[in-house]
Amino acid sequence: MAGESNRDVDAITGRTTTGHEWDGIRELNTPLPRWWLWMFYATIIWSIGYWIVYPAWPLVTTNTKGLFGWNTRSAIVEDLDALRAQRAPYTSRIAAASPEEIISDPQLLSFARAMGRPAFVENCAPCHGAGGGGAKGYPNLNDDDWLWGGTLADLELTIRHGIRSGDEKGRQGAMPAFGRDGILQRAEIAAAADFVRSLAGLPVAPEANLALGKKVFADNCAACHGDDGKGKREIGAPNLTDAIWLYGSDRQTIIEGIWNGRGGVMPAWERRLDDTTIKALTVYVHTLGGGEK
Amino acid sequence: MGEARAISKSMTVGEAGTATVFAALAFLSIIVAAKAHTPAYAFHAYLFAAASVGAVFLVLNRYMSRPAALPPREIDGKPNYNLGPVKFAAIAAVVWGIAGFGVGLLAALQLAFPALNFDLSWLSFGRIRPLHTSAVIFAFGGNVLIGTSFYVVQRTCRARLAGELAPWFVVLGYNFFIVIAGTGYLLGITQSKEYAEPEWYADLWLTVVWVAYFLVFLGTVMRRKEPHIYVANWFYLGFILTIAVLHLGNNPAVPVSLFSPKSYIVWAGVQDAMVQWWYGHNAVGFFLTAGFLAIMYYFIPKRAERPVYSYRLSIVHFWALIFIYIWAGPHHLHYTALPDWAQTLGMTFSVMLWMPSWGGMINGLMTLSGAWDKLRTDPVLRMMVVSVAFYGMSTFEGPLMSVKAVNSLSHYTDWTIGHVHSGALGWVAFVSFGALYCLFSWVWNRPLYSVRLVSWHFWISTIGIVLYITAMWVAGILQGLMWRAYTSLGFLEYSFIETVEAMRPFYLIRALGGALFLAGALIMAWNLWRTVVARRVETPFAAGDVRLAAAE
Repeated sequence: MAGESNRDVDAITGRTTTGHEWDGIRELNTPLPRWWLWMFYATIIWSIGYWIVYPAWPLVTTNTKGLFGWNTRSAIVEDLDALRAQRAPYTSRIAAASPEEIISDPQLLSFARAMGRPAFVENCAPCHGAGGGGAKGYPNLNDDDWLWGGTLADLELTIRHGIRSGDEKGRQGAMPAFGRDGILQRAEIAAAADFVRSLAGLPVAPEANLALGKKVFADNCAACHGDDGKGKREIGAPNLTDAIWLYGSDRQTIIEGIWNGRGGVMPAWERRLDDTTIKALTVYVHTLGGGEK
Repeated sequence: MGEARAISKSMTVGEAGTATVFAALAFLSIIVAAKAHTPAYAFHAYLFAAASVGAVFLVLNRYMSRPAALPPREIDGKPNYNLGPVKFAAIAAVVWGIAGFGVGLLAALQLAFPALNFDLSWLSFGRIRPLHTSAVIFAFGGNVLIGTSFYVVQRTCRARLAGELAPWFVVLGYNFFIVIAGTGYLLGITQSKEYAEPEWYADLWLTVVWVAYFLVFLGTVMRRKEPHIYVANWFYLGFILTIAVLHLGNNPAVPVSLFSPKSYIVWAGVQDAMVQWWYGHNAVGFFLTAGFLAIMYYFIPKRAERPVYSYRLSIVHFWALIFIYIWAGPHHLHYTALPDWAQTLGMTFSVMLWMPSWGGMINGLMTLSGAWDKLRTDPVLRMMVVSVAFYGMSTFEGPLMSVKAVNSLSHYTDWTIGHVHSGALGWVAFVSFGALYCLFSWVWNRPLYSVRLVSWHFWISTIGIVLYITAMWVAGILQGLMWRAYTSLGFLEYSFIETVEAMRPFYLIRALGGALFLAGALIMAWNLWRTVVARRVETPFAAGDVRLAAAE
């Protein structure tokens, strides 16, 4: 034990040291700071109080439940119930109304759009973009150029059953792989691509064989895209004469499309979303800008 | 022992045993490499084989070149300190630190510019992120801890390190573990437990190294010439012992085969999550807090040349910290499948941890009383004192964030990242930098190459930290508020991708902060390098020049 004589007094603080020294380091005999000690006690007392009020200590087969029986699981159920109750007056009306009735009632419409937007950004945005602007291979939903139709009924069917989704009621239609499957020769495909570009008013090289292209088109493409190239919605064949291109309008992309065929997939949402949400989504997409009567 | 006649030279049991064991390990590794299920695992087995052969060579070479007698523990009554392993760990810390900060900067930039993974699987964020965390915590922090602990325990016990080969085994073995862990991450070998990603064979290796570390440290403490054990050594011992327990508790796993890197953890479901965060939080508590408090308790009083503020506070906060920290892990699992009672205990013990944590801050800061003027002239001391201030800030923020009401906003947001970095950059790294500046000049026994560069390091890195943590605070709170925002009609206001988009400016600021922090560390590395190699000292550690530096 260190004798009192070892306990030097530190000149600056006036405190004694403990009398030990390690590699020149000494320690002062300062008592615990009062505020520190009382804060420490306060946190302990607060914790004990918390243990009494909330579930806290494990017992053999159960645990202490706290004064009011609060638990996370019932709290989340309450939260969700409150949210449902908040939406209920409108959701029940949405459920009872047809999409046409919804868009003709301003109050219902604004609610359906409020409901449709989060559903859209959560489920549709990964492909169509948060604003519905689309991307290569994923159609823009803001314009009035629809592959499968833009009426409320068309949209609902597409959302519900999808496109080439494997759902029997879904949208069907496939563009053959004319090149890969050996239906057309390389030169024929190139000529058809040039002809398609000329249909849309896009410039083609002077050496392009438009006569051959026209013949190839009439023999192979017109069945779906129409003699005039304006497309057919029943089978999702796009209009080739306008300025809107799902995959791109450059010659190489068109050749690729003819060579490999095209056939994007949209899932059938009926299995993942409830009827009210699908209805709200239908209305939301319809009112993005291009909905048809 | 002490006879004057020349003693005949013979191998010690340690030398012969170590060489034999490593020869056997080399043999085993080659067999494993030959039959390995994956090329990545074969690569690791060859690394083990090469390291084992190297170890055999080093042991034999050391035996051949050493005199017959082992180094004495004392020369003329003064302890004959073993500083080789300290020097190695100090240099390794600087090298790994730069690597770890650099990888962190890459990860930060990838979040702002995803194309920076260059479509290479090795550089994908999922691999870079654990590489960063392990490099800074275990490679940088671990080498600082091992290096300083080997230095401090010798100086405060007035005893040479226990063992001759053992300290080298600890230092080299630990750094080999880091090589295995780091290359494993890049190759995609992981058991997917945060801060415990290395697979079973790396875990086994680390266990052996860590037990050796514990024995070397404890053996040195038991040889001490001082009647009492200095407070820094309590903290080091607490850190070493608890990390061993945590490592063993979190990692029990059944390998698919000796020839496969894949294993399955014995814990399942929410129990696995609980064990993981018992480990994860106490890695923070005992690796990044207790260990670095040990550094603080030696280097701050030593550098300030002042006695430790309160012996009593050091005892009380040490035991309170040790006892309470170990309970706090469940606060990482608020609002999950973890039972409510465990969440309550995790939260309340985190709140009770506040004052025990601050005990260290008080002792660190108040030790400066009577020496505050040194902060103007000594940027090394300034760095360590600022680190203690950051320690105080993040140990207040931690309990705050563990409160469930706060956590419901902060959880899973970048606020957590900001909190971690105010602790990691502000506290752990700054106190490490201070200790490294001291260690390089004390162990190599020469003044620092440039005090002015230390000041530059201090200011550049401090600005980096402030940019980093403020960006993450704003980002995290914004993110949390956007996630929970409802419209008046009761629907979520924002999609997830909109919240990601809102983070981008803050990710850029964070990356800038990280770049500044890295720049500071590079300045330090240059300064330390010149300190070690330079014969002529450009800026002597003298009052005149120091004042000049402070006046900038």
